[in-house]
Amino acid sequence: MRKVLKLATLLILASAAGLAHSADDRRSYDREAGRHVEVLVADPYLELHTGPGRGYPVFRVIPRGEKIEILFSRTDWFRVRDEHDKEGWAKRSDMQETLLATGSKLPLDDFSHRDFDNQPLEAGAQTGNFGGGNVNSAYLGYSLNQNLAAELSVSQTLGTADNSVIALVGLTHSPRPDWRLAPFLQLGTGLINIQPKATIIAPANRREQIAYYGVGAKLYLTRRFILRADFRSYVIFTKLDKNEDRNEWKAGFGFFF
Amino acid sequence: MESRIRVLLLIACAIALSGCSMWPFHKKHALEPVPVDATTADGSAPAVVEPTVVRRKVKTPSIKNSNFELGPYVGTYSAQDFQVNPVIGARLAYHITEDFFTEVLIGQTHTGRTSYERLSGGANLLTDKQRTLTYYNLAFGYDLFPGEVFIGRRAFNSALYVEGGFGATHFAGDDRFTVMLGAGYRLLLNNWLTAHVDIRDHVFDLNLFGSTQTSHNLETGFGVTVFF
Repeated sequence: MRKVLKLATLLILASAAGLAHSADDRRSYDREAGRHVEVLVADPYLELHTGPGRGYPVFRVIPRGEKIEILFSRTDWFRVRDEHDKEGWAKRSDMQETLLATGSKLPLDDFSHRDFDNQPLEAGAQTGNFGGGNVNSAYLGYSLNQNLAAELSVSQTLGTADNSVIALVGLTHSPRPDWRLAPFLQLGTGLINIQPKATIIAPANRREQIAYYGVGAKLYLTRRFILRADFRSYVIFTKLDKNEDRNEWKAGFGFFF
Repeated sequence: MESRIRVLLLIACAIALSGCSMWPFHKKHALEPVPVDATTADGSAPAVVEPTVVRRKVKTPSIKNSNFELGPYVGTYSAQDFQVNPVIGARLAYHITEDFFTEVLIGQTHTGRTSYERLSGGANLLTDKQRTLTYYNLAFGYDLFPGEVFIGRRAFNSALYVEGGFGATHFAGDDRFTVMLGAGYRLLLNNWLTAHVDIRDHVFDLNLFGSTQTSHNLETGFGVTVFF
């Protein structure tokens, strides 16, 4: 685990340094290249806030007909620059009535529910119980269509008799993705690396194939954010005479992007 | 035999699963095309008028998202019974809404010697390798008090946040399930650079001294991140 973490830290530090560099020239470069999206205010006015949140005060009002540049978006807010070079934050829903140079409305996906075309990826983290021990798990899912998603996940189990790392690939089927509490069925397979704990004789690590089926539910809290709970039944296909069964339940959060 | 039946069942399940998703639950029935009997006055078929206007291609503008935060932090990690030591770590955060964010933390410290080890003279409880403490945490946070601070005549956005998470700590030769609770302060220096101050409590069970005891390990840190 330590080696992996060390490597990950190095990678993160290196990419942070890279991002700091690129983030700096992104603004100036885009400006010169004219790559920022420009829109016209078509509502009677557009309010600019000092920060990307509902509590931040309005410090500037842009009248109808003026041009603004959209620099980037953060959560449900846009960082915009007006004709007088003043920058502020405009709410996504307030930007719905702005017009592009072509005269058409700025196409913003405004959906009360999940938009599978624009947000096909789902990621999340869960914790719970795996065969009596603790389990931590992170997953990444890709929606193949409204009902079916392919999922990759990595789990670490921390038990009294052994620890293990499980890597899985699976399918999740939601019969009713339009419900606020959406149930799903799942099926998958992967590998488990079991590290037994023993004080006197240390048995060797075992790598086995593992498969699961399970049920679960997602609760849609906001447009992008869900709570998710899973119950899974695992079979470990051992090299011994008998296969091992494990049950797992876990709960956590997830989001779409 | 039992496992073979299960494999068969699983395969049947897989086919049923993918089959269900193919089923056109949401498809509306297409209208049958109705043949139109159109003739001109002299009985011949009418000429179809071809529009001469070329449809303009409208490109959807792509607006850059900036919801991820990435960066290192340094601080102190107070491993219970094992002294306070410098810690180094990194975080990757994703802002889901203006209130909620989620982040992955990884960090490492090298713990010191317990009072017992120092007083007894020679007896070491852990080897040097076992003293290295590494953790990861999957956390979920809430911006409790977003706001602005004023430094001189300039205003900066900031937020006081609370977070909680779960993960594992590798210490004394074993991985231990860890629960983390923390609070922090984020100061946005410009559109993409932020400074963080954090305090976190890592709670895990340790069974080094004969009986299992819950240890609280306080970490303080200062970090910078880049939004992208």
